[in-house]
Amino acid sequence: MMERALSIRNLKVSYKDREVLKGIDLDIYKNKITAIIGPSGCGKSTLLRCMNRMIDIVEGAKVSGEVFFGGENIYAPGVDPVKIRFKIGMVFQKPNPFPKSIFENVAFGLKINGYTGDIPQMVEKSLRWAGLWEEVKDRLKDDAYVLSGGQQQRLCIARALALEPEVLLLDEPCSALDPVSTLRIEELLLNLKERLTIVIVTHNIQQAARIADYTAFLLDGNLVEFGETSSMFTVPKDKRTEDFITGRFG
Amino acid sequence: MREKFIQILLASAASASVIIMIGIVFSLLGETAGFFKEVTIKEFLTETRWTPLFTPAHYGILPLVCGTALVTLIAVMVAAPVGLASALYLSEYAPDSLRRVVKPVLEILAGIPSIVYGYFALTFVTPIIRSVFPEANVFNALSAGIVMGIMLIPMVSSLSEDAMMSVPNSLREAAYALGATKLEVSCKVVLPAATSGIVASFILAISRAIGETMIVALAAGSTPKLTFNPLESIQTMTAFIVQVLLGDAPFGSIEYKSVYAVASVLFAMTLSLNIVGTLIVRRYREVY
Ligand SMILES: Nc1ncnc2c1ncn2[C@@H]1O[C@H](COP(=O)(O)OP(=O)(O)O)[C@@H](O)[C@H]1O
Ligand SMILES: [Mg+2]
Repeated sequence: MMERALSIRNLKVSYKDREVLKGIDLDIYKNKITAIIGPSGCGKSTLLRCMNRMIDIVEGAKVSGEVFFGGENIYAPGVDPVKIRFKIGMVFQKPNPFPKSIFENVAFGLKINGYTGDIPQMVEKSLRWAGLWEEVKDRLKDDAYVLSGGQQQRLCIARALALEPEVLLLDEPCSALDPVSTLRIEELLLNLKERLTIVIVTHNIQQAARIADYTAFLLDGNLVEFGETSSMFTVPKDKRTEDFITGRFG
Repeated sequence: MREKFIQILLASAASASVIIMIGIVFSLLGETAGFFKEVTIKEFLTETRWTPLFTPAHYGILPLVCGTALVTLIAVMVAAPVGLASALYLSEYAPDSLRRVVKPVLEILAGIPSIVYGYFALTFVTPIIRSVFPEANVFNALSAGIVMGIMLIPMVSSLSEDAMMSVPNSLREAAYALGATKLEVSCKVVLPAATSGIVASFILAISRAIGETMIVALAAGSTPKLTFNPLESIQTMTAFIVQVLLGDAPFGSIEYKSVYAVASVLFAMTLSLNIVGTLIVRRYREVY
């Protein structure tokens, strides 16, 4: 039996009174890449945000169900969401570096969490993990906005990696990037999975096929199918999955 | 034809304000030049007494500048922290429903005529100050400064809040995702990202404080004095101008001209502050 990084049980989410996740059960395996696919509006981002309690900051969102992380339900009363996010990092659709220097961007999480180690060293390590070090090592003091979109997104990945999270959640991280930058990030994620667990939301089915070990297909707030990417893409069990991955659908 | 007519009408309205503005500056400069025929610039800038209405008359603007600076400093010390805290609360903590109520109320507060505040200073704040510091004068810089600060809070708060609200949510999310608390998001992400707008709101507040007239004329006194003791009666540049214009300084007399010299200094100060404020807002229009 493979080890699980996260176990999601009967997860329901509604915004105001509209239910957008209707009881999701899903396991995320350790040191694997899991892709979440599905048509736009089906609840992929919502599901991802539930995995590190980023859903808490969305006004009007109500969550029920359980998400187990290291044996603990992160929605149990008394759990501090700040501590959860510290261990489960997140990268967003649009690169969102802070209006600070490259160095300060990566150091931000370390500083606010009272990191006692050597910050410059950790910044360098994180930038290396994100495959950005060689490109920025001579201009760490420059504003992060001088970087290209792809570099900014890798900076955001480095920023998340600096906290050495156990899980990294990425919400369509390449949707704003060109194909070359996209490939670089995919490569990077493949290299990172020995170090942590990765969950990536993508609207790009080829991307899921290229990098994901497991894929979850979400439709209208329900998990339609979950399995190893290779088998799901060759012999989908559900007709709707087949329609979606063959592009006959949304 | 009609289009053309309307266009000319609008254009002349626009140019009228510019022409009037130029006219004001010229008359200001003309009378000021007249003043400096009788008083040297050196005396004006270095003499420490301002007594144009008495003999012997002295024309050193320092006491008036000092009075203005003192009241402005007190006002900013009140308005900046309170305005900033209220902006931060409104933008980062208050629920949407509350913000929608408070914001218009702030804007109404900002529109209360300053004479109301002046009256409030004299009849409400001054007695309190004098019960705490019996040595305080009936007219004192502290009372005027505090009330002027109160008057400026809505402006600082509203402008700073605009700056904070324009910080994109994606930056807040980025910080939350790194394990930041709400306070850290507010202080380490939103505040720095909104700095230029906040600084601009401070500068505009200072500029208004310098130009404010009614509060100081009513509550701060009319004794030009080179002091930084907030409990003493002082006189600001604006209050001096009011005093002379309400009195019966004969047209063309030196007292009369001294008003223009003071007004020129006032004009130069507020103008440069406004320019700096506008430049800051423009220069740092955040890129994100
Ligand atoms: N903050 C919100 N308030 C209300 N409805 C929302 C909010 N965020 C998302 N939704 C709705 O919830 C549904 C799922 O959204 P989302 O999880 O972003 O889908 P996806 O990422 O798959 O496109 C959509 O119909 C969307 O309109
Ligand atoms: Mg989405």
